[in-house]
Amino acid sequence: MKYLIKVYWWKPLTVILLIYTVIGGFLMSAPRLPILNETIRILHFHVPMWFGMIIMFTFSVFYSLKYLSTKNLVYDLYASQLVNIGIMFGVLGIISGMIWANFTWGEPWSNDPKQNASVVALLIYLALIILRGSLQDDHHKARIGAVYNIFAFAVLIPLLFVLPRMTDSLHPGNGGNPAFGQYDLDSDLRIVFYPAVLGWTLLGFWIATQQIRLASLQKHLDYE
Amino acid sequence: MNKIIRLLFFFFFSCLQLIARSQSQVEMADNFRGEGKIYVVIMVVLLLLGGIFFILFRFDRRLSQLEKQIEDKK
Repeated sequence: MKYLIKVYWWKPLTVILLIYTVIGGFLMSAPRLPILNETIRILHFHVPMWFGMIIMFTFSVFYSLKYLSTKNLVYDLYASQLVNIGIMFGVLGIISGMIWANFTWGEPWSNDPKQNASVVALLIYLALIILRGSLQDDHHKARIGAVYNIFAFAVLIPLLFVLPRMTDSLHPGNGGNPAFGQYDLDSDLRIVFYPAVLGWTLLGFWIATQQIRLASLQKHLDYE
Repeated sequence: MNKIIRLLFFFFFSCLQLIARSQSQVEMADNFRGEGKIYVVIMVVLLLLGGIFFILFRFDRRLSQLEKQIEDKK
């Protein structure tokens, strides 16, 4: 995070990757699949939201652990802002998924196990924000927030990656199937999909670094 | 032998054709693309993306200015 705040090169890279995602995602050939039809292209926009969310939350847990071992409030700042961006990704993922599902599954909410689990996961993370907001002392807030964040991540993984696979799900790659079978992600999609994941994730980091810098400026003013 | 190979070839290509036909039956926005309207969509999305990037870069610059001011004050 400190490195990303200091250096600049990855910002133009984000721009290039996202422009490539839009152009490639709309223009490159996509597999002709029944029911999905042209909406398969949403893959480049809906799925990276979830990848982005998971990556943000993972980094956040890393910084929470680092805070607990060093008691340096900077790491708490990183962890809390990354959670915020992760929740933003998650909400966008749910809404974009509902729009997509309305066309392919017939209704925006079909109580699909993955849909339900992702809402539960997001509610757990929203509770983290409320918990942090309810505490006054900075170190107190950071310590309890860090412990909660680690537990929230430990619940998130089974909620999103284990439980939906144990029942039938409308999501591809669930109900016993591996996530990236050759039928649901072919090589035409892959050459846009992976840069798209990287681009959207970097965009998340970009916003997170801005929030972190803004928050640390605010802290400077508070202490003066 | 020759006959069997020929038969196999015939079978193979008719299978290919069947696959191709079943794939092209899936309705895609081919007309929409053919008319070139997809470029309008791309232009609009790129414009919006450009706006977002413009704001992000400007906010970055503003943050750097403020950080420098605080550094100078110290």
